[in-house]
Amino acid sequence: MFRHALSAIQNIGHRVIEGMWRLGHASRFFILVLLKSGTSLRRFGLVIRELYFTGVLSLIIIVVSGLFVGMVLGLQGYETLQKYGSESAVGTLVALSLVRELGPVVAALLFASRAGSAITAEIGLMKATEQLAAMGMMAVDPVSRVVAPRFWSGVISMPLLAAIFSVMGVYGGYLVTVVFIGVDEGTYWSQMQSAVDFRFDILNGFIKSCFFGVAVTAIAVFEGYDAPPTAEGVSGATTRTVVSSSLVILGLDFILTAFMFRGVS
Amino acid sequence: MTSESLIEVNNLSFSYDTRPILNGVNMRMQRGQVVAIMGGSGSGKTTLLRLISGAIQPTSGHVKFAGEVVHELSRDALFRLRRKMGMLFQFGALFTDLSVYDNVAFQMREHTNLPESMIRDLVLMKLHAVGLRGAHHLMPNELSGGMARRVALARSIALDPMLIMYDEPFTGLDPISLSVIGNLIRRLTDALGMTSIVVTHDVQESLKIVDYVYFIADGVIAAHGTPKEVRESVAPFVHQFVHGEEDGPVPFHYPAQSYEKDLELEDCRV
Amino acid sequence: MQRTTMDLWVGLFVMAGIAALMVLSLKVGNLNVYNPSQSYILTGNFENIGGLKVRAPVKSAGVVVGRVTDIQFSTQTYDAIVTMSMDSRFIFPKDTFASILTSGLLGEQYIGLAAGGDEDMLTDGDKIMKTNSAMVLEELIGRFLFDKAAEE
Ligand SMILES: Nc1ncnc2c1ncn2[C@@H]1O[C@H](COP(=O)(O)OP(=O)(O)OP(=O)(O)O)[C@@H](O)[C@H]1O
Ligand SMILES: [Mg+2]
Repeated sequence: MFRHALSAIQNIGHRVIEGMWRLGHASRFFILVLLKSGTSLRRFGLVIRELYFTGVLSLIIIVVSGLFVGMVLGLQGYETLQKYGSESAVGTLVALSLVRELGPVVAALLFASRAGSAITAEIGLMKATEQLAAMGMMAVDPVSRVVAPRFWSGVISMPLLAAIFSVMGVYGGYLVTVVFIGVDEGTYWSQMQSAVDFRFDILNGFIKSCFFGVAVTAIAVFEGYDAPPTAEGVSGATTRTVVSSSLVILGLDFILTAFMFRGVS
Repeated sequence: MTSESLIEVNNLSFSYDTRPILNGVNMRMQRGQVVAIMGGSGSGKTTLLRLISGAIQPTSGHVKFAGEVVHELSRDALFRLRRKMGMLFQFGALFTDLSVYDNVAFQMREHTNLPESMIRDLVLMKLHAVGLRGAHHLMPNELSGGMARRVALARSIALDPMLIMYDEPFTGLDPISLSVIGNLIRRLTDALGMTSIVVTHDVQESLKIVDYVYFIADGVIAAHGTPKEVRESVAPFVHQFVHGEEDGPVPFHYPAQSYEKDLELEDCRV
Repeated sequence: MQRTTMDLWVGLFVMAGIAALMVLSLKVGNLNVYNPSQSYILTGNFENIGGLKVRAPVKSAGVVVGRVTDIQFSTQTYDAIVTMSMDSRFIFPKDTFASILTSGLLGEQYIGLAAGGDEDMLTDGDKIMKTNSAMVLEELIGRFLFDKAAEE
């Protein structure tokens, strides 16, 4: 019994040390990717190609989810606000929830499972099939040729996707409350406009999504590059990308929110 | 003689973790030579190629390429050196997101400023040499194993390097492509004055085209010589290998405890 | 070849993203009405600000003309100093009356400006002299009961 407890504690210790080791490794890799980004910026075609896979292919899921999230927000918001006779504030509720929190966070979660996992799987498979080694043999650095363009494409597309998500949500809310329920159109927009501040809400939301973009793609490229070169290795890495980037998004969101919105309300 | 060697392998040792793979290997390769490396499966041939290309660091000894010690080079210098090397990977390693054409053109685009029209001509020439000019628009997943290997071969000779290492170029080829590729390796080597290292199990085919043969066993060079010497050799090791006999000094089995013990037959016998 | 269609899609994607950012800024965030880069600062002392918060709107005749940027407590006068950033398109006379109002019965609190008749206008850094505190519900009820008691 005592021995079991001891080995359990030992196990936890090992895991913590292992985690620290991986974190250090990942950070070093992140710096390396930044240092080797010169090629991607000089040959922007490489990044554009990857933008197609990370951005364009994520568009459908972002648009559809944004629309539905906005519709649900409109419906729930209306139901609740109506009890206090403030259904005119529904536009404010929809827009503030989306712009400050749901837009950046949900878009980033979707992005992690759509584009992040794809990036990990692709890089991991290229490693498993010796494509990265072959590239190194041809005197082409795989980090600057394969990893960096994918990283930058993720960093660029994340804020754009989050903005598209929020706009779709605002129109989803509009559809439900104004078109279906019959809240006055002018009220919907003017309440929203008087409550949403450009610098405070929209800019901060944008900054959040930039942070999420860096975090998710950094995790995705690291997991792919670090994956054991086997089928299980790659599938495990893909899962880890989704799990750890989701956790990082939520944790980071809390920290950023505390920084940005502290001192108000 | 040593002064003209393109590659010198001196007392090279390497181990994965604690398991020694190579144990003091010595080799010399001249310009214009085709050299075969033979040895049982798992004897460390691929490892040797990786050491020559500087992908892994030896535990002791060194490889000299054109006078430079490979594992002491800085990263940039190593990359400069690798532009003079080509390598055909054992499993092809084609870039799966690029077409056959783009695979062959990859190095030309990365390392040269050639105009696209000239790249096109070069790529089609290389593909023609391996008999796949008509397949230039296909993606790697649309190729058979043998075709993929031939494309990989075309890709590795794209920039006419000084040294090409072929890791088992003959596996998965039909007899016709096999002799075509064999002759191609010989012709390329002669025409461009490069050096070719061919890792192969195909003894008969390779003896026809190579200038020199090294046999690896137990982490050392067990035997070496010209094809003529090899064919006439009476050394039991070489004889076993050249004639493909099961019994002999080359073990077929990976080192293990006794078979009876593994199958837990010992107790039954008592 | 194949690259151009891909480029086209990426171009459309980037356009859509930038358009979304524009919509957020202009339609949702109303960037055009209130631009903090062209603004001037006014202050005002209030005896009681109630539930007024930083970033609350400053309205005149119901139109947003500025925002509260800072709320401090003064140890000299023992009241609240409210700093407002005003849209520079709107200027007000010196004797403008500032009061803290509530939208709806329980809604958000904001500062309402009622213009006076003075010839001189308030400029950057000026202080609004005539202010009216927030109505605090408890005080209101208390005063009501007091009045009732006095009547009897
Ligand atoms: N990454 C690795 N980690 C640990 N051991 C390895 C690794 N790669 C190869 N080995 C071991 O090194 C030995 C030599 O491998 P190598 O690939 O060089 O053999 P080979 O001669 O090319 O064999 P084959 O003819 O089958 O291709 C093998 O026994 C293998 O188990
Ligand atoms: Mg091998």
